[in-house]
Amino acid sequence: MNQEKSLLNRLERILPLVEKPGRYVGGEYNSVVKNWGEVSTKIALVFPDIYDIGLSNLGLQILYENINQREDCLAERAYSPWQDMEELLRKNEIPLYSLETKSPLKDFDIIGFTLPYETLYTNTLNLLNLSQIPIRSENRGKYFPLIVAGGHATYNPEPMAPFIDAFLIGEGEEILLEVINAYQVWKKDDLSKNELLLKISSIDGVYVPSLYDPQYNSDGTFLNMKIKNKNVPKKVTKRIMGKLPYAPTRFIVPSIGVVHNRIAVEIMRGCTRGCRFCHAGMINRPIRERTVQEIIQTIETGLENTGFEEVALLSLSSSDYTNVLELVEEISNKFAGKNLTISLPSLRIDSFSVELMEKLKGSRQGGFTLAPEAASERMRKIINKPISEEMLLSTAFEIFKRGWHTLKLYFMIGHPSETLEDVAEIAALCKKVLAVGVKAIGRRAKVHAGVSTFVPKPHTPFQWVACDQQESIRQKQNLLREELKGPGLKFNWTDPKETVMEAWLSRGDRRLAEVIETAWKNGAKFDAWQDFKNYDIWIQAFSEANLEPDFYVHRERSIDEIFPWDHIHPGVKKTYLKTEYLNSLSLRLRGDCREQCYACGITQTFNHLRKEDPGIVWKCPNLSPRRSKNELSIPN
Amino acid sequence: MNYRYRINYSKKEGMRYTSNLDIHKMWERTFRRAKLPLVYSQGFHPQPKIQQASPLPLGFLSDCEIVDFFLEQEMDLLSLETALTNTLPYGISVNSIIEINLAEPALQTQTIASEYHVFFLEEFDSNKIIESIYDLKSKETVIRVRRGKSYDLRPLILDLEIIMEDSYYLKMLLKSKDGATGRPEEVLSELNIPVEFTRIIRKKIIMANELVVKK
Repeated sequence: MNQEKSLLNRLERILPLVEKPGRYVGGEYNSVVKNWGEVSTKIALVFPDIYDIGLSNLGLQILYENINQREDCLAERAYSPWQDMEELLRKNEIPLYSLETKSPLKDFDIIGFTLPYETLYTNTLNLLNLSQIPIRSENRGKYFPLIVAGGHATYNPEPMAPFIDAFLIGEGEEILLEVINAYQVWKKDDLSKNELLLKISSIDGVYVPSLYDPQYNSDGTFLNMKIKNKNVPKKVTKRIMGKLPYAPTRFIVPSIGVVHNRIAVEIMRGCTRGCRFCHAGMINRPIRERTVQEIIQTIETGLENTGFEEVALLSLSSSDYTNVLELVEEISNKFAGKNLTISLPSLRIDSFSVELMEKLKGSRQGGFTLAPEAASERMRKIINKPISEEMLLSTAFEIFKRGWHTLKLYFMIGHPSETLEDVAEIAALCKKVLAVGVKAIGRRAKVHAGVSTFVPKPHTPFQWVACDQQESIRQKQNLLREELKGPGLKFNWTDPKETVMEAWLSRGDRRLAEVIETAWKNGAKFDAWQDFKNYDIWIQAFSEANLEPDFYVHRERSIDEIFPWDHIHPGVKKTYLKTEYLNSLSLRLRGDCREQCYACGITQTFNHLRKEDPGIVWKCPNLSPRRSKNELSIPN
Repeated sequence: MNYRYRINYSKKEGMRYTSNLDIHKMWERTFRRAKLPLVYSQGFHPQPKIQQASPLPLGFLSDCEIVDFFLEQEMDLLSLETALTNTLPYGISVNSIIEINLAEPALQTQTIASEYHVFFLEEFDSNKIIESIYDLKSKETVIRVRRGKSYDLRPLILDLEIIMEDSYYLKMLLKSKDGATGRPEEVLSELNIPVEFTRIIRKKIIMANELVVKK
């Protein structure tokens, strides 16, 4: 380990000069340090943002534990160094290294990036470059690591296609292990890199972009995706787990303060509410739950392994977890008086949620958060999130009455059919909620409105919809800023420039890769950070690539437009998304699909997996053979 | 009935980059992993009762950090040590554990001085250093500004010398009392030695009852 020793010596001179040097040294409790020389396959797991944000990522934690359980593999971690550290690494020609054994990333066999959101793309290029690895796949021969990426953003892999060797679409638990197996066989046989890519492209859920060739129409719209080799699948279907696998319990305990210091337990995957703007709700289907016993056991073991003081129960819609009351009662019985903070996010707007939170609160910390998303009846029908105002007001009254002083309300603006009247109703609603709060507890009551801006995401019913113009968003935000002044009210918004940046990257095709590369070369990074104003760099990059930014975001798509991401299949059918889009245009609501199946296609896509665990963990309604036929015959 | 214990420990490896506040958190979590029956404070946000001696600046190593904690039940020292050995993070190791009288004043009020050894990562002219030490020691006052406040460093330096062994290092004894703490990096700055070219180890914390905790 001479290499490690010499790197440590060099770091010792650098680390006193950077902010929070603890980000760059590893050694955390529960981190796994194996003997580099004794393990055949080395995988680096990378979160392309700073340590403080990346450390608690649950997806990486799962993969880290999974891979390190194998004797023939090791998994180590790396994150984006902050500006100060990056400068010193470059100045001293130290390549990006892993935290566990301080090995250069370029010495690993496989590097896996997680891309949960699109604004990490420039950081990804930057990290490859910091690792002294060519950023483009075509410039990396077989002696460079295999670069793979997964995560929510990769459901539209095209903008990052030239940089990533293979995308692993969907849930990562099994697929990454299968790629490792294929890699091991390939390495033994000492074949070419193309052989490796071809080989892994036959694994379900693996998308190797260099084996596909996008075609465009003369007007710039997408024509189709041509395959370059007859053996690769025309469509890549995401991977899922039929039953939620083992939940991680050996969470890495950071030695410095990070954003989330906690045990995270995924109580349920997927959501059945069908909100039409929601990317996570569409791509994470079907709905699968863990048992109460399993969750309790995970918390207990997790606490023993970490000593953490906080537990987060994660899901897209906690109130919908079948045995949520039993779960919450069990938790408060087991863990009351143990000085733990337990959070249960994403609650429905009803008094039941207040009851649940009441049972969980040991000490009454922070505020209560609800997400009505829209305030006018019309907008609620468009986005398919029906909430009655009475229910919201009575729930708010309960919340204040039971001791919370601050209620956070999340809204979304920017749907193209939204009018200023719709937006004014958001302000009016916040004021009504505040009035209820003042009635309940007097002037201590506070309402914080967090208003984000809608981005029409791929694989959602709104993928046909255009983004609101920046001018219009500003006008709507000005209205809210004007209206939401005064004691007890607070208003948060997103800079429209950031929203449009996210929209380009979400909706881009493969041509956008050049824009990303140019923007990065001209200094764009940390695009997810408000204080990094990269907008002008991006506009310049578009013009250098001869592409029109508005083409990607401000154009309403024709109903039969082919999207650059159509060859990635999230299990939900495009025909279903189309029906839901048309439903939004005619203001038609659809209910919770636990109650009634709307034939999104998920059960057909993964029928084979469902048969393994019929009706127990999947919460899609069990269809009788006769009803199944009906499901298929629901007109699309 | 509560019981009070004192751990003397070393802080090495990557843990040197964990701040004093985060070390406090580290002990909390370690004690919970070790399932010790910790005493918590009363009130809205109950906190475990943990006291640290004079804070160690970020990046310094130490052979002699001290922490006090309080338990609801008495535990024998050997099982305490065993419980901690398996639950401490890499870089922290226990030198000794003793039981302490509950009535003793808070740990942070008992420390009076710290001894540091400063090793050099680059070659320096030792004669030059000896000269600067002589200059520094011969001054009556050394006014410095730290975080916008000016103070006199000189009376905080109790001892300062260069030790010649296989290689040479600086040995400094600095006051570390609440509100009157000498910082080694301030001394180094007076000697014109950049802190990033040094490795600083705290070797001893000296307590008011002049009972130097055994290593």
